[in-house]
Amino acid sequence: MMTTNTGRSLEDILEFAETLYHDAALSSVRDWKKTHPGRIAVGSMPVWAPRELIHAAGGLPVSVMGGGDDVEIIKGDAYFQSYICHIPRSTIEMGLNGSLDVLDGMIFPSICDVIRNLSGMWKLLFPEKPAWYLDMPQSFDEIGRSFFRGELLRIGKEMGELAGHEITAEALKESIAVFDRNRALLERLQEHRLNRPWMFPISEVWSVIKAGGFIPIEEHNDLIEEYIAAAEASGRPPIDNARVILVGSFCERPPLNLLRTLERSGCYVVDDDLSLGFRLIRGSVGAEGDPYQALADAFVERSREAAFLYREGEKGKELVARARAAHAEGVLFCAPSFCDPALLDQPMLVEAVEKAGLPWTAFKYAENTGQFQVIREQAGTFADSIKLWSVA
Amino acid sequence: MNTTAKKDRSMEIQKAMLARHYKRLAEADKTGDKCAYTFVPGNLTELMHVFDLLPVLPEINALQSAMRKKSAAYISTAEKGGHSEDVCTYVKCDLGMSRSGNLGPTGDPLPKPSILLLSYTGCFTFMKWFEILQREYDCPIVMLHVPYQADGRPTPEMRQYIVKQLEKKVIPALEEASGKPFDIDKLSDLLRLSARAEEDFVQVLDSAKHRPSPIDAYFGGVYYISPIFTAFRGTESAIEYYEALREEVEERVRQGQGPITPEGELIEEKYRVVVEGPPNWTHFRDLWKMFYDEGAVVVASTYTKVGGLYDQGFRHDPSHPLESLADYCLGCYTNLNLPSRVDLISKYVKDFDADGFLINSVKSCNSFSAGQLLILKEVEKRTGRAGGFFESDLVDPRYFSAANIKNRLESYFQMIEQKRSAAQPAAGDAS
Amino acid sequence: MRCFVGIDLGSTTTKAVVIDEDERLLGRGITNSRSNYDVACAIARAEAFINARFALFEEALAEAGLEEDRRTSLAKNLLLSFRKRQHLVQHDALAQTMMGLLEDTRYDGLRSELSHVLSTIIEGMSADIPDLFAPGAKRKSDFFRDVASSSFMRRAEAVRSDEIGFDVLMGLFDKSIIQVENSELDISFESNIRPALEEVLETKSGELGAEASRIQEALDRVAAIDLECVNSVGTGYGRTKLPFRKEQIRSEILCHGLGAHWMFPDTRTVLDIGGQDTKAIQVDSQGIVTSFQMNDRCAAGCGRYLGYIADEMNLGLHELGPLAQKSKRQIKITSTCTVFAGAELRDRLTLGDKREDILAGLHRAMMLRAMSLLARSGGVDDEFTFTGGVAKNPASVDALRKLVRENYGERTLNISPDSIYTGAIGAALFANRDAARAEATPCGAEQ
Repeated sequence: MMTTNTGRSLEDILEFAETLYHDAALSSVRDWKKTHPGRIAVGSMPVWAPRELIHAAGGLPVSVMGGGDDVEIIKGDAYFQSYICHIPRSTIEMGLNGSLDVLDGMIFPSICDVIRNLSGMWKLLFPEKPAWYLDMPQSFDEIGRSFFRGELLRIGKEMGELAGHEITAEALKESIAVFDRNRALLERLQEHRLNRPWMFPISEVWSVIKAGGFIPIEEHNDLIEEYIAAAEASGRPPIDNARVILVGSFCERPPLNLLRTLERSGCYVVDDDLSLGFRLIRGSVGAEGDPYQALADAFVERSREAAFLYREGEKGKELVARARAAHAEGVLFCAPSFCDPALLDQPMLVEAVEKAGLPWTAFKYAENTGQFQVIREQAGTFADSIKLWSVA
Repeated sequence: MNTTAKKDRSMEIQKAMLARHYKRLAEADKTGDKCAYTFVPGNLTELMHVFDLLPVLPEINALQSAMRKKSAAYISTAEKGGHSEDVCTYVKCDLGMSRSGNLGPTGDPLPKPSILLLSYTGCFTFMKWFEILQREYDCPIVMLHVPYQADGRPTPEMRQYIVKQLEKKVIPALEEASGKPFDIDKLSDLLRLSARAEEDFVQVLDSAKHRPSPIDAYFGGVYYISPIFTAFRGTESAIEYYEALREEVEERVRQGQGPITPEGELIEEKYRVVVEGPPNWTHFRDLWKMFYDEGAVVVASTYTKVGGLYDQGFRHDPSHPLESLADYCLGCYTNLNLPSRVDLISKYVKDFDADGFLINSVKSCNSFSAGQLLILKEVEKRTGRAGGFFESDLVDPRYFSAANIKNRLESYFQMIEQKRSAAQPAAGDAS
Repeated sequence: MRCFVGIDLGSTTTKAVVIDEDERLLGRGITNSRSNYDVACAIARAEAFINARFALFEEALAEAGLEEDRRTSLAKNLLLSFRKRQHLVQHDALAQTMMGLLEDTRYDGLRSELSHVLSTIIEGMSADIPDLFAPGAKRKSDFFRDVASSSFMRRAEAVRSDEIGFDVLMGLFDKSIIQVENSELDISFESNIRPALEEVLETKSGELGAEASRIQEALDRVAAIDLECVNSVGTGYGRTKLPFRKEQIRSEILCHGLGAHWMFPDTRTVLDIGGQDTKAIQVDSQGIVTSFQMNDRCAAGCGRYLGYIADEMNLGLHELGPLAQKSKRQIKITSTCTVFAGAELRDRLTLGDKREDILAGLHRAMMLRAMSLLARSGGVDDEFTFTGGVAKNPASVDALRKLVRENYGERTLNISPDSIYTGAIGAALFANRDAARAEATPCGAEQ
């Protein structure tokens, strides 16, 4: 595989990542398709999708994360009532305005009823392209593993048909290995961030992570390595910020400016659930034996705690553990308005966080929120109070 | 007089059934009866009966609280406890109720669950709801994950997944909670009873194809579905109820009578409509009145299918008990994908010869509501009949704007009237 | 002459129109909706009949051979004089009511002083009247309440004392004005037109000369026309409050559809943006509604939103549009939430954004909401008619025109100067059609 050049400066890397962040028309995907004729590009909604399958079919996995604050909603609002979150509106908008034409298919994972129903809307609005609904298992045992293997096998078979050739076990194993490397690099990035958050601001870290949804995974692997090296070399000095962990932004994305606002108000975001899908499976999937089974097993056995996965009894345990590991001094619950999974989960998580004696605060956003004054004040007060506490 | 007496019979039977059920629940702590909390869509009532577990349905409790005007206070309790104003009010109402003494519809406290049977069917919120309740009651919980009919049909893999969960997880958990062994023959017997009631129930729903329709299949319909969607499937009393109901409805057809409303029989059926979406429970009577005051009768509704699409041919099958339960769960209305819902509503508009269809878009319920505006477009396109749209909520009275809804409904019915009179020249225009 | 009346009881204003059997618009009347809907309705209707008489009078003058500029100037002066007479009737009633209220025991001890002060104010108000109705004079509004209250406040400010404070006086005024508004005074055409004409003829006698008698005759002819109200239909936000039978009430949707069709017969899509709601309506070639959508519970993007913005910027509502049109660099506004409008605006201003650029963004955001309702109702077909108060805002119209072109291609966009009467016109048309096919209820016979 060709690697991108390693000499890019931090500024260049960030400009590259941010351009991708704001590229609602998916020009990077268009370029890729031009240079890779006959290959497929397949989009997936948050949170998790088996990108390995798309890769193994010779295709480009693409994140469809709504339009953020870059897409003006003209048609999308006609499809959704005011009490439904924002991401499906901008996604429909992008579907109708041609931005997503470049995609040969879409995957809709089972994370909530809105995205679930969006899969059916997609079938009605764009019948010429496959729209896969991926039912993630909620039975975290042998039964779930076997069901999920079947789900992956079904999608893999149809993906192969779309690509024009069957996905071989060998190809899938190779793809898993490339994605395992991606997972390992993201884990490394996380460690660096924990150790020196002043060198790895959340707004940067996330645009680098998110870039993986728009370029080939091999390039993304290089990008992460380059970024880690460049950020470490930046020599940015630490300042007296509070270390916090961000929870609830795993689907509809917060505006980049919201994250910058948090930083400017005195918070180091040392852990988060942004682009959670890329980091949902802990450790490696591994390439032993049946690759479909390996993927299913990894998902069922090693997924991080998430609002859309059923948890019995131990809600919030993992969040508290992560906060401890990150030496976080507080928790920011930052969920999109009308997000059922995040908002229904929140009181349970709050309970666990309170029990652990961690301070917390909560606010809501939409992907196109343009006003951060209230959040600035709230996060600022929160950071100040944490600092006061730690002095006392 | 004859018909009035008959009408009373089915209502009396239902009343007695509910009274008996709630009495058993109220006395459960004394009698040692155990109960399981579970949901309407994909409910495994017969299976619970095998273990003598009494079903308690939090959705029903929530809607009952709303009808008794208690939901506002319950929701407020939950919101004060940190629950977002954005999310499902059934959950908040139920949680508020459990934190306010857990008084059921009869005013008696409901027993604590021996087990939470989470039939995760057709609604994401169900999963969160029971995760929350488990912390409230600190009791065993068992999850039955029912896959979504994303491609418009259940697959053998889905069925197998459910059957395996039933065999390896659900049944052992129910055995444990009840202390009673599983008996598959008993389950078959109960399913046989279910199928009998289901047959009569379907005839009742089908009666709305007559002109005038003898029933209102939405506002009246919620009473008709009550036993078969809740604790009584697989019981002799359900059979008795649906037999009686069917006889009454058939008699109304013979007499050419319209549906019964809270203000007596509807004399003139002016509009026949299909309704999509759950009812609003805080202003149930007010909303119904807005329909019958205009002479509008609901001839078919999707809400009366959340507990199963019996009218489309499904029957519980005693010869394949677990598979049949799996098929039942898979087939509930909220587990259908958008294209299937469009097909079904369009079919109702045609089969029941409706003037149009109305969508009650409910804030709480994304499973129903997300995509309804596309459903509106598609069904209009397919049927050529007018669609109407209004918004409310399940149990949050803050989201019921009577003036707004009345305005829309009146405009809608007047539009149908205007179209009709345009289609046939006025009497004075004979020249 | 057989007439048909349509009344649109809106959330802020009540409109009435009169049409004849040939669906010709004879007269329009408007008043502020008040707590007493019966009175608002009666006044709007009376105004519409007066307006009809004046229109007929102008026609009669033309028949009498008066030249156009003459007719126009005469009619204008006559209307002023007539309005002044109407004002005087109400002024007298107000004066009487206020003086009468002094009998209340609460004013014991203050009565003689109060009576003196009040008389001075009333005298002052009387003295204001000629100027208020002088040719070319600008009145803030044509509603008696507005005119009288500003006059009263000015005069009261001048005479109040420590003993008799402003609030005591305003209390008296407020109580009285409600009574006056809710009493049906004789401000009719029949009773007031002749003295008004006499006044005009007196001051203009030199100019008019021999024409005076022809004018008198024309007026006599018009006054003699029996404007028989055969049937009336009500609509609008408060239509159920109208003292009408159920059959006499029509939904706003149907009335707007038919009214727009009457104004522009090729209309297929209607957008109405009023103070409280937005409606997107599709009609067929006969003006019959085929589908419609209204804004959901959230009132974002309605006229009220512009009202908040105007208040926040300390501008008049009518100033918003022209200011927004000056924008060279429109700012993207994401929220049309009325609740957050003020905060967002302040935030933007603090960031240094220009008022006109923010306003341009706000107008576009508002029209985007309308676009989604239009899409829900079935899109924008040719021709496209825009009605309601917001149709008067040029920046809204610009934004709408642009969005429609971008999304649906070229469409003829109609905006009528009578746009505010669209619903009332539709209602009047229904009154005519109903009368042709069924029983009718003449005005005043409703209850």
